[in-house]
Amino acid sequence: MNFKLIYSIAKSMLLARWRQTLVAAVGVTFSIAMFITLLGFMNGLNDMLDGLILNRTPHVRLYNEIKPSENQPVNVAGQYKNSYNFISSVKAGITRQEIYNSGPILQAVKADERVLGATPKLLAQVFFNEGTIEITGVINGIDVEEESRLFNFQDYVTAGNPIDAKNVANSIILGKGLADILVADIGDVVQVTTAQGERFSLKVVGYFQSGIQEIDKVQSYASIATTQKLLGKPANYMTDIQVKLHDLEQAPAVAREYAQLFNIDAEDIQTANAQFETGSNVRSLISYAVGVTLLIVAGFGIFNILNMMIYEKMDSIAILKATGFSGRDVNLVFLLIAMSIGFFGGIVGLVFGFVFSAIIDSIPFVTAALPTITTYPVNYDVVYYVIGGVFSLITTYFAGFFPARKASRVDPVEIIRGK
Amino acid sequence: MKGSEEKMQEIILEARNINKEFHDPVTVQVLRDITFTVNKGEFVSVIGKSGCGKSTLLYILSTMDTDYTGELFIDKELMSGRPDTELARIRNEKIGFVFQFHYLLNEFTVLRNVMLPGLKLGRYSEQEVEHRAMERLKMLGIDHLAAQSAYRVSGGEKQRVAIARALINDPHIIMGDEPTGNLDKRNSDTVFNIFKELAEEHNQTLLIVTHDSEFAENTHRIIEMEDGRIIRS
Repeated sequence: MNFKLIYSIAKSMLLARWRQTLVAAVGVTFSIAMFITLLGFMNGLNDMLDGLILNRTPHVRLYNEIKPSENQPVNVAGQYKNSYNFISSVKAGITRQEIYNSGPILQAVKADERVLGATPKLLAQVFFNEGTIEITGVINGIDVEEESRLFNFQDYVTAGNPIDAKNVANSIILGKGLADILVADIGDVVQVTTAQGERFSLKVVGYFQSGIQEIDKVQSYASIATTQKLLGKPANYMTDIQVKLHDLEQAPAVAREYAQLFNIDAEDIQTANAQFETGSNVRSLISYAVGVTLLIVAGFGIFNILNMMIYEKMDSIAILKATGFSGRDVNLVFLLIAMSIGFFGGIVGLVFGFVFSAIIDSIPFVTAALPTITTYPVNYDVVYYVIGGVFSLITTYFAGFFPARKASRVDPVEIIRGK
Repeated sequence: MKGSEEKMQEIILEARNINKEFHDPVTVQVLRDITFTVNKGEFVSVIGKSGCGKSTLLYILSTMDTDYTGELFIDKELMSGRPDTELARIRNEKIGFVFQFHYLLNEFTVLRNVMLPGLKLGRYSEQEVEHRAMERLKMLGIDHLAAQSAYRVSGGEKQRVAIARALINDPHIIMGDEPTGNLDKRNSDTVFNIFKELAEEHNQTLLIVTHDSEFAENTHRIIEMEDGRIIRS
């Protein structure tokens, strides 16, 4: 009703003690700024760590697992169907790692609307020969262009040009750790022995660095054609189809569907990397807890200042009530004072939070393990700003609630007579 | 005083059997069976020794103190037992206050102080309220202070600002609790003359608690209290 009047009274009271107001607002500003910075930085790190694995992990992986048949012949046979059969020492039969019908499956998957892209992969277990020593390793046969498009392969090739793996015949991109062990420079030739005992010479065209040492000591990459040649297999031979979806969340459903449709093993990213999600969640939880604590502390600051203000303004409250302002009006005035401290302190806090984030974002952060990172990672998600803003209003509302109620209950007679 | 004969009959304020007790630390009856009426245009003073209950009575009459028994009528409406917000509205519209200590809001200018109850009432637009406030300041000869901060004007001037504020909503009655108690002789006389002029020229009803007998002698009617009772009215 008289909101404009209430607003003008609150404003005058705030500005009359602008130093106090400033201190209270600075408290809110500081906590909101820290809240934003903390969450942005924490989640930036989270995203980076997740990206380390998740960016290059297919959302759905189709493969053939070597395992014993679930339908053993004795269970299928008619006369033993109703009996309880004990079979001991079950072994895997003649299963191939190869995906049957790989060509049509790849085509069908690529045609699926939910799929961003699919690329074949081929794993070859090999020994790298370094003098008399043999070092076990894995060569991943990949389609370099698709792998770069879907799984950021080029980001992890720290030396050499990734496309050379395709363009140079019999070439290989070595994991950095492996290259160090083999003392292989770019342009050198390394000797590999396949599991079947064939020996090949491959030319090193680049280094690959994932940021995870264990991987870099074992993994290396070659074009799919080179790997098929190593294994002595035809051009349609592939052991994995890696699928990237438009929406990561759909992975489990899609995996289940493909497993049934193509009669194949399918693994989704959530199952394969459950531990990363857990780690991210816990880190987020901690940063939210710290942020909220900061805000609550700021809330107590406002509570104190408002309480003091009410003792100072007893005369004003009494006179307002004597001249016809009700307890509700007085309550509104003080709530408005609290909320404006929260509102303006909060807005400035959001700006400062953004500035602090930008400063952190520009601090150099170079580490050999993370070739793509040059500065500290920061996440600028709008959600944190919304949460910070809303929370600043909520805490200041509660900080103002009790002082305002106290002010609304001031008995003007006591003040006016008591002087 | 033309036309005051029939106006005299119009009752603005009526108290019926008002009793009040203080319970802390021991029960003391401060008001006993107070019954009287105030008619429109009357300039009434309430006198009595300290502690006789005259201020207590004023705060009950002003609707700010609701802890009493008996009945209070303002403008023929029963005030007793009404909720806080309604009483606040009635104070805003029908009662003007002048206190011993010049309670102005220091955060505002003189003009804004006078305007506040008018803005709260919301009967007129902000421009009109401002115009009315200026009129009243002019009438009291302090329009040159309008733009000053409230805490910068002198005591006597503050009391005149308070009177202007009391007048802003054309109240039925102006109540004063020792309005000259804190002023020197010259300022007291000024304030008294303003009250007198209001009563006689503007037919304004006034109820003033005072212990200044000279002040009281010059009012139309004196209500004298002793030990919580009215002994002369």
